[in-house]
Amino acid sequence: MKIPLSWLKDYIDLDGLSVEEIARKLTLAGLEVDEIKYVGLPMPAYKDGERHEFKTSGISWARDKIVVAEIREVKPHPNADRLTLLDLFDGEKEQVVLTGAPNIFHLKGTGKLSKPLKVAYAKEGATIYDGHADGLVLTTLKRAKIRGVESYSMVCSEKELGISEEHEGIILLDDDAPVGMSLADYMGDAVLDISILPNMARNANVYGVARELAALTGRELRKPLIEYKTEGEAVENLVAIEITQPELNPRFVLGLIRDVEIKPSPYKIQRRLRLAGIRPINNIVDATNYAMLDQGEPLHAFDYDVLKARAGNKKVKIITRPAADGEKLTTLDGVERTLTPGNVLVCDEQGPLSMAGVMGGAESEVTEKTRNVLLEGAAWNFINIRKTAKQHNLPSEASFRFSRGVHPSLAEVGVRRGLQFMAEWAGGKIAPGLVDAYPLPPKEATVTVTAKDVKRLLGIDLTLEQIAALLTRLEFKCEIANHQLLVTAPPHRLDIGEGIVGLADVLEEVARSYGYDNLPETRMADALPPQVGNPAHEWEEHVRDLLVNLGFQEIVSYRLTSPERESRLAAFDEYVALANPIAPERRVLRRSLSASALEAVEKNARADSIALFEIGPVFEPQPGGLPHEPRKLVLAMSGLREALAWDVKDSPHFDFYDLKGRIELLLSGLHYPDISYAPTDSVPYLHPGKAAEVRIGGERVGVFGELHPLVRDRYEAGNAPILLAEFDLDALRRIPPVYGVRPVPEVPPVLEDIAVIVDEAVPAAQVEALIRQTGGKSLANVRLFDVYRGEQIGAGKKSLAYSLTYQSDRTMTDAEAAAIRKKIVKRLENELGAKLRS
Amino acid sequence: MLEQLNDIEKNAMEALRSVADQAALEAWRVTYIGRSSPLMQVFAGLGKLSKEERPAVGAAANRVKAALEAAFEEKAQAIKAAALAKSLAEERLDVTLPGRPLHVGRLHPSTQQLRRVLAILAEMGFQVYTSREVETDEFNFQLLNFPPNHPARDMQDTFFVEAGERGENPILLRTHTSPGQIHAMREFAAMNPDNPPPIRIALPGMCFRYEQITARSEIQFNQVEGLVVGENITFADLKGTLNDFARRMFGQSARTRFRASYFPFTEPSAEMDVECFVCGGKGCSVCKNSGWLEILGCGMVHPVVLQNGGYDPTRYSGYAWGMGPERQLMLRYRIDDIRYFWGNDLRFLEQF
Ligand SMILES: [Zn+2]
Repeated sequence: MKIPLSWLKDYIDLDGLSVEEIARKLTLAGLEVDEIKYVGLPMPAYKDGERHEFKTSGISWARDKIVVAEIREVKPHPNADRLTLLDLFDGEKEQVVLTGAPNIFHLKGTGKLSKPLKVAYAKEGATIYDGHADGLVLTTLKRAKIRGVESYSMVCSEKELGISEEHEGIILLDDDAPVGMSLADYMGDAVLDISILPNMARNANVYGVARELAALTGRELRKPLIEYKTEGEAVENLVAIEITQPELNPRFVLGLIRDVEIKPSPYKIQRRLRLAGIRPINNIVDATNYAMLDQGEPLHAFDYDVLKARAGNKKVKIITRPAADGEKLTTLDGVERTLTPGNVLVCDEQGPLSMAGVMGGAESEVTEKTRNVLLEGAAWNFINIRKTAKQHNLPSEASFRFSRGVHPSLAEVGVRRGLQFMAEWAGGKIAPGLVDAYPLPPKEATVTVTAKDVKRLLGIDLTLEQIAALLTRLEFKCEIANHQLLVTAPPHRLDIGEGIVGLADVLEEVARSYGYDNLPETRMADALPPQVGNPAHEWEEHVRDLLVNLGFQEIVSYRLTSPERESRLAAFDEYVALANPIAPERRVLRRSLSASALEAVEKNARADSIALFEIGPVFEPQPGGLPHEPRKLVLAMSGLREALAWDVKDSPHFDFYDLKGRIELLLSGLHYPDISYAPTDSVPYLHPGKAAEVRIGGERVGVFGELHPLVRDRYEAGNAPILLAEFDLDALRRIPPVYGVRPVPEVPPVLEDIAVIVDEAVPAAQVEALIRQTGGKSLANVRLFDVYRGEQIGAGKKSLAYSLTYQSDRTMTDAEAAAIRKKIVKRLENELGAKLRS
Repeated sequence: MLEQLNDIEKNAMEALRSVADQAALEAWRVTYIGRSSPLMQVFAGLGKLSKEERPAVGAAANRVKAALEAAFEEKAQAIKAAALAKSLAEERLDVTLPGRPLHVGRLHPSTQQLRRVLAILAEMGFQVYTSREVETDEFNFQLLNFPPNHPARDMQDTFFVEAGERGENPILLRTHTSPGQIHAMREFAAMNPDNPPPIRIALPGMCFRYEQITARSEIQFNQVEGLVVGENITFADLKGTLNDFARRMFGQSARTRFRASYFPFTEPSAEMDVECFVCGGKGCSVCKNSGWLEILGCGMVHPVVLQNGGYDPTRYSGYAWGMGPERQLMLRYRIDDIRYFWGNDLRFLEQF
């Protein structure tokens, strides 16, 4: 919300405080100032090394160069029809000023003006914005000849002075503007752009911000004087109110003003509205907006004569009620809205007039012809307004406030303030009294606070008197009795609850008023909690470390994907689907980590070599309830086995065994016993002959292999094979590791090679297992160092060559080793039909 | 005979002087001290000499042999040294050629940052607590004091899951890790319902917001929350803990400030800003000229939340805060596009 400083000064004396100090105080108290826009007031000049505190923009008006002046006569330009020459007095000298402003063009050649026009005058050398440039471009006024006439100064538009984008005509100041006064002194301003927190709707107005500032500075808050003369028939004789559902509409207030003259508002008001971000319309509409920005109560003005005519010149009856299903209303933006019973309407006996708290209706709105204005201020249920504004996509200044809660007490204040402004600016006569239906006043919130509460929750020692002083500044009523403070919330606040919640609400106000920065800093004195740790998390981090050590890059993919994206890899029947996706390709939660890992492989296809892993949940839908979120691990590899260098020009591609080697290291790093690998064709997207499942203690914990060629073709990722591994981390984590270290032998081992020829179908693991089993304890290690196929050994056969390490706690003799070897060969021959290769 | 020996020595020494490489040295050795060299002939002829001559000639021959062998050794060393010097002078690498690269693994930057944060918190006694990513409205909002249709829900645009008619308790993707606060409090309270133990946990995890994916906004992001509950926990403790954390995270000279703020599940609530470490507080584009960086939101746990977690708010108090590792990384590394984090582009990931 944009708050002009000049407006704040109506309610609080800010002398001696810089704009930045004011902004800092507000920011620390929760009224965060996002930006300060200077509109005339001097901007702080930062020296190098000085700290800025706020995003700052805008323009300063040089006090000696931009002043209030008066135009005394508008003369034609000798050489240009569209230009005029102004006889102007700047308080010191008469000047001749060239202008093309259309809004004084009609005065051209009418002689001396009977009432001089007050304008903002920029002298030679003044720096202002270039009115003709796109955006904000500063320019300094220099002497120049325009169509034969010398020009050195200007009368300014709002754009030139940084007030608004308006460049249609020059600013015409109010008649009482003192000629010769520096414009910065007359109307220099700075606008604070404040973010309003959801619980601070009370501060979405100038008076609310002034109130906070008064509390924060200890300065006096000047209450507005809302007084006016009344005359004619009292409102209560002309209109009546019927509220059908007080919980939706706790209060409804109407006032009336007659014989208004619709015209532009005073320039000061227009300027403030523009600075606050609202376009001035006419004095009546402006009065409703201005009163809302001033006090926080959104108002609605009806053309009373329209209502009277609808009522057949009888007493107008205003009814508030939920809309009938399908009921229609054309709102003042010209759109016909179809309503539902969740929407509340302001009606008369003939039908709907406006959407309560959101937008007025077109028929009864104030127009140029309006003479008599019926002014509404009301209180609405904030949830209902929220839903209605959302349903009809109608964010407005009114719904912004009403959907956050406006205290019903403001309905009356708002209407009276609005009537006062209308009378001031439109010259009407205010009818005596108000019609005020107030069926449901909010409960007055009273909270009991003790010094112990403040100590217990804020950590500071304050007396009840000190606490009371902090709260009184924010207009809480405080009463000390029996070592307790009874605190009553002021009648503009709906955010203070009762009991223990109310206590928290009030303590927040104590802390804000005391200043968060003034609160002490302590280290916790409380006992340490039970030390339960998080073994699952620690274990998963360990897995990450192992994989990084094995050369894998961790990736993190979007949890949200689409069935189409995953179907390149595999089709899943069911998904956790979003009701409100941002895009079709992000409309379900993933079922597969592999699918996103493959997308990453594809994305990085230009890399020579890729080795990726991801750890995270997949989402398995459960009917009607929360999905299961099992945690998975995926590994993906593709590309060159060896990193290329200037003397390493080529390398084989990663294959099945590269991935398997890493899996073996991962599992041995996790200290699992009894790991075995078996061929599998159960994973349709893996090559049926190049896929294995990993079993630990017989339980399948993962699969890996080369991507099936047909699946491979669906990914645009070069020609290298893509290797993929998937592990069920929950299953893996449940396996108890076996820790243990073999002693390092002190005597040298006996080494021996053995090569056997077996049928192609015999798995290497079986050969090795038999060797190990037969070799017994003395056979410390078996390493396959060659696999050979060829003519020498015949078709359908392979030769497996092993290096055997015999190790015992004393030096082993060749004869002992030979004996073991003999046993091994015999068993291989007998059980696998192996032949020793010589 | 003695004269002959003198000649042998003189000739040999002279010949050795012109020897310059290993081959010539070997030839010299064969010629002058080899088996059939004149010197060896002398030794062979010793037996033929008279008893009187033999000792003197023998001694002289031995002396010459020793002298020639020593000279040979010396020459051999010299030739070796010269050869080494030559090869050292010749074998020069271009040390500016690139080293041979390795395939190395790395953690995702978010994991790295999560670890930095959790490591600091662990030393301060915070244990890691993790919970599910898909939640109910009840746990994500209602139990955290966001009633249905509360304006504060505007602060957290939410992805909802299609899950049939569930009234006011739809299933959704958690918008923060705070549902874990309720899960954790209930778990801890269950240990001893009459006397629930104190809590000090860190809650990391992926969260989701209904946003468009742009350089500035993402649909998923990590969060780390801290939660403390106990019988003597104050706002001053919150300030102390978070300032300690900030000094560990951003350096001992980090300056902070606490601004009043609003979150439904804490009260009083605050935002903690850290003095911009890019510009030192002078104002720059990273801190949007404010000199401060918003780092985390925090506050005293709301009494309703304590109650919903099984902790009596008249006896227990607590504080909580939440922060974003990706935001911290963006500030630390001046990353200006948040989409890099889940883009899985190696050219980004390899920089961490
Ligand atoms: Zn900065």
